[in-house]
Amino acid sequence: MIPAAFDYKVAESAEHAISLLAEHGDEAKLLAGGHSLIPMMRFRLAAPGVLVDVGRLDDLRYIRRSNGTVAIGALTRHSDLEHSAELAQACPMLSSVAALVGDPAVRHRGTLGGTIAHADPASDLPAAVLALGATIVARGPGGSREIAATNFFTGYFESVLADDEMITEIRVPADDGGWNYQKFNRRAQDWAIVGVAVASGGTGVSLVNMGSTPMRASAVEAAVYSGASAAEAAAVAAEGLAPPTDLNADSDYRSHLARVLTRRALNAAGVS
Amino acid sequence: MTVTESAPAAHVGSRRLRKEDPALLTGEAKFIDDLDLPGAVWVGVVRSTEAHARIVNIDGSAALAIDGVNEVLTGEDLAPLWGEGALPCAWPVTSDMKTPTHLPVARGTAKYVGDAVAVVLADSRYAAADGAAAVVVDYEPLDAVVEIADAVADGAPLVHPDLETNECYTWGLWGDNAAAVDAAFASADHVVTEQYLQQRLIPAPMEPRGCAAVPSPAGGELTLYSATQIPHILKVMTSVVLGIGENKLRVVAPSVGGGFGCKLNVYAEEILCCALAQQRGAPVRWTEGRAEAAVSTIQGRGQVQHIELAADAEGRLQAVRVKLLADMGAYLQLVTPGVPLLGGFLYHGCYHIPNYIFECKAVFTNRVPTDAYRGAGRPEATYAIERAMDSLAAAVGVAPEEIRSRNFIKAEDFPYESPPGLVFDSGDYHAVLDKAVSLANVAGRRAQAAQRRAAGSTKRIGVGFSSYVEMCGLAPSRVLASLAYGAGGWEAATVRISPTCKVQVVTGSTPHGQGHETCWSMIVADKLGVDPDDVEVLHSDTAVSPTGLDTYGSRSLSVGGTAVFMAADKVIDKARAIAAHQLEANEDDLEFSGGVFRVRGTPEAEVPLAGVAFAAFTAHDLPEGMEPNLEAHVTYDPPNFTFPNGTHIAVVEVDTETGNVELIDYVAVDDCGVQINPLIVEGQVHGGILQGAAQALYEDAVYNSDGQLVTANLADYLVPSAVEAPRYRLESHVSPSPTNPMGVKGVGEAGTIASAPAVMNAVVDALRDLGVNNVEMPASPQTVWKAISSAQGGAS
Repeated sequence: MIPAAFDYKVAESAEHAISLLAEHGDEAKLLAGGHSLIPMMRFRLAAPGVLVDVGRLDDLRYIRRSNGTVAIGALTRHSDLEHSAELAQACPMLSSVAALVGDPAVRHRGTLGGTIAHADPASDLPAAVLALGATIVARGPGGSREIAATNFFTGYFESVLADDEMITEIRVPADDGGWNYQKFNRRAQDWAIVGVAVASGGTGVSLVNMGSTPMRASAVEAAVYSGASAAEAAAVAAEGLAPPTDLNADSDYRSHLARVLTRRALNAAGVS
Repeated sequence: MTVTESAPAAHVGSRRLRKEDPALLTGEAKFIDDLDLPGAVWVGVVRSTEAHARIVNIDGSAALAIDGVNEVLTGEDLAPLWGEGALPCAWPVTSDMKTPTHLPVARGTAKYVGDAVAVVLADSRYAAADGAAAVVVDYEPLDAVVEIADAVADGAPLVHPDLETNECYTWGLWGDNAAAVDAAFASADHVVTEQYLQQRLIPAPMEPRGCAAVPSPAGGELTLYSATQIPHILKVMTSVVLGIGENKLRVVAPSVGGGFGCKLNVYAEEILCCALAQQRGAPVRWTEGRAEAAVSTIQGRGQVQHIELAADAEGRLQAVRVKLLADMGAYLQLVTPGVPLLGGFLYHGCYHIPNYIFECKAVFTNRVPTDAYRGAGRPEATYAIERAMDSLAAAVGVAPEEIRSRNFIKAEDFPYESPPGLVFDSGDYHAVLDKAVSLANVAGRRAQAAQRRAAGSTKRIGVGFSSYVEMCGLAPSRVLASLAYGAGGWEAATVRISPTCKVQVVTGSTPHGQGHETCWSMIVADKLGVDPDDVEVLHSDTAVSPTGLDTYGSRSLSVGGTAVFMAADKVIDKARAIAAHQLEANEDDLEFSGGVFRVRGTPEAEVPLAGVAFAAFTAHDLPEGMEPNLEAHVTYDPPNFTFPNGTHIAVVEVDTETGNVELIDYVAVDDCGVQINPLIVEGQVHGGILQGAAQALYEDAVYNSDGQLVTANLADYLVPSAVEAPRYRLESHVSPSPTNPMGVKGVGEAGTIASAPAVMNAVVDALRDLGVNNVEMPASPQTVWKAISSAQGGAS
């Protein structure tokens, strides 16, 4: 439970962080809240040579609403999302999902940008931003680019983010449609065994821990769009998926849970 | 002087806050890893990654290249340090028990994942960890015995080929009763046959283990600091294993962050650090990591239980027959073989049963050794009988509380001689059950459950009972002798009164979270008429408290606390003689209360204890031949165990669509005898209930078919948090134990013993009409969902 030796650099700005990433290449990892990275380092599942600490970049810690969009700085803590009155009004699902991540200690350290960059298929917030149709803003040495959340996640803990890029902002459309998040786990602090996020009255649906990435449940969305009942739409929640088997759930049980939880989430979001 | 009349029990029975807590809460308390030992050599242990393998080669070159890593030592290199000495097992339960030689660091063959195969010596803990990770061990894998059933299968590989068998021992109770038991089964109206699996559990105290051995350069003395429950036993054992004179060895347990039995042991690292410290003349220390603890510290439970009940038409029990297969793991630790025996006396539970037979076959597997874990044998016994009683109730067609009530030992039958020959001290099991039924509103819950069923709800309600009796207060030394246990069961205490009438208590009972300092202070304060804050309690250091047998088996209060109580009495007796001398009165005419000696009938003739204490100190005018000072020592050997008991009722809501189980109510009525501090009693019961419920719902040390522990971290091994805790509703029933003068019984293990079967019975109760008659622990959502699916004939 002691990590391998590493160097530690404090980033003074996003530009500084990106230049440190460019300098150290794939040896470097960004450190934000650290609640995913540091446990992996302690188990020696990750052994970055250099940690670039972006945790003090408070100018990337904000929630701003303008017109129909909420812009959230990448260093915004889960607890900020959880307790933001503005977010609760503009995009209550995101606020509510943030309140279910880990435990209070995790939520006070963990950041929205960090959890998205980590790309854990079992995490709550990546699936939430997927269902909401968010846009992720990444900055690299050549400037910023916008990536649709649906195009962001590419594999198990993998994304389109380049080694020298960092997420600076997440833009979420304000959403006053019906929403719900079903998180199924055994202990409150655990990752979801299966989770289902429903946004925009059922036209944005995503799944947690049902594959190698957080994913949109396109078949469910299409069914809802074409007027299917919640039960009918939920029946296709696991169609074509090969969910993982682990200690808590085998593949069949995960598929079953996905169907049950999707139906419940759709019902709660107002799809009858 | 005015004397305020104080009640005899001013403090005992009150919810006094713990005097231990300020130091713990402010971080002032020092745990093993807080010790500052300049120049210490840090040990990193290289552990086997194979369940069973020949060690072909150990290459330390990469480790030695790391800055701060100084040596890499193999089992061969270290062998001269302990010669023929091996880690001790103090409980040879049968004369023909097979005991494998258990070296602190393996030579030749590794027997389980986690087995120490080499050590790294380094300048820091970090370098030790880096070094241990860099040692390359070349293994030739051998066939491994992983599950209990594999150990006794035909042609099973042998964990210890030199023993020529995987069977460690077979131990039975009341074997000559077999014919009567068979006859009872032959004529029974109802026979219940059940098999349960007690999964292995990882103890996971908040503080993992750790130790540091510090030699004294001049005199050859050695001090061993260890996060242990048993400094006294550890001292004797270390002395024996390493041949260090007991006069040269001191063992200190600093603040210890919980143990649950896993620190009731003599571990390889303790022996290793002592041996190296002696050899090097420098402090040698080791601190366990959390993931390391999962494979290097003993695990609990690990049994396959086969239980049969024979009953008449009304469900009255005629016989109980029990066969266990118990998993010892790869080696025998300090009391590994004895754990199933502690349950062996109690598989008939709280019930009067004419015929009883028990047999345990213990086997070796290629897994980390098992040993005592909170309850040690008794949770397993309670689980089997209480689950089987619900099956009997279903077979007879009566409610679970009715089947229990029909079979309970009656209040008027105490003291009650149990079939295996124990004498249960006191209790009123019917009164306890009635109180629990009423507190849990069982009728209301059943109506709610019926409503939900009728409405086709997917949220089923289940009500589960567990009535338990445990044997605590380990133990009468003569009984331990008859069980071939390697030590006695007494406890020692000293009470000293200083010249200014402050009190020093020295106890041989070693706290690691229980609150001894608070409770011993309350007992002595009431006895002597002083303030509890004027009592200091010394413990956990063999230089300060040289005599003791430490803390396990809910023994502290009923044995150690009784010794303190009796030592206080003995001090009062001496003080009384001095007071009589001062007052020129006859000792028999003196009464002592509120800290003052008075001559009966002569109110003005009195002397406070403080006056006596100072007189005893100056010794200017003591009775002829009396030694100065007020001090008394008592070693108390209990005449019997104590038998706490109770009934717990769990209420669960089971989601039949997902299999999720939620504990929505939990009622416990416990009879732990007289309570010294109800606040501490409740804390023990709360934690105990959750620890048992954790076995029922969450915790499982899962091994894959290669013998790899796949739950070696706290993300995969599900220790529940406060969020998962049920709402506890506790009441108590007090039937004082006649075994000791305070009437106390013990409460450290009660919650854990009672709660697993209560929760599992509730789960089955919720699902029985769906055809589910058993669910294995832990009742994870997937396990419950599959049990429902398979009972419904669906694919699971």
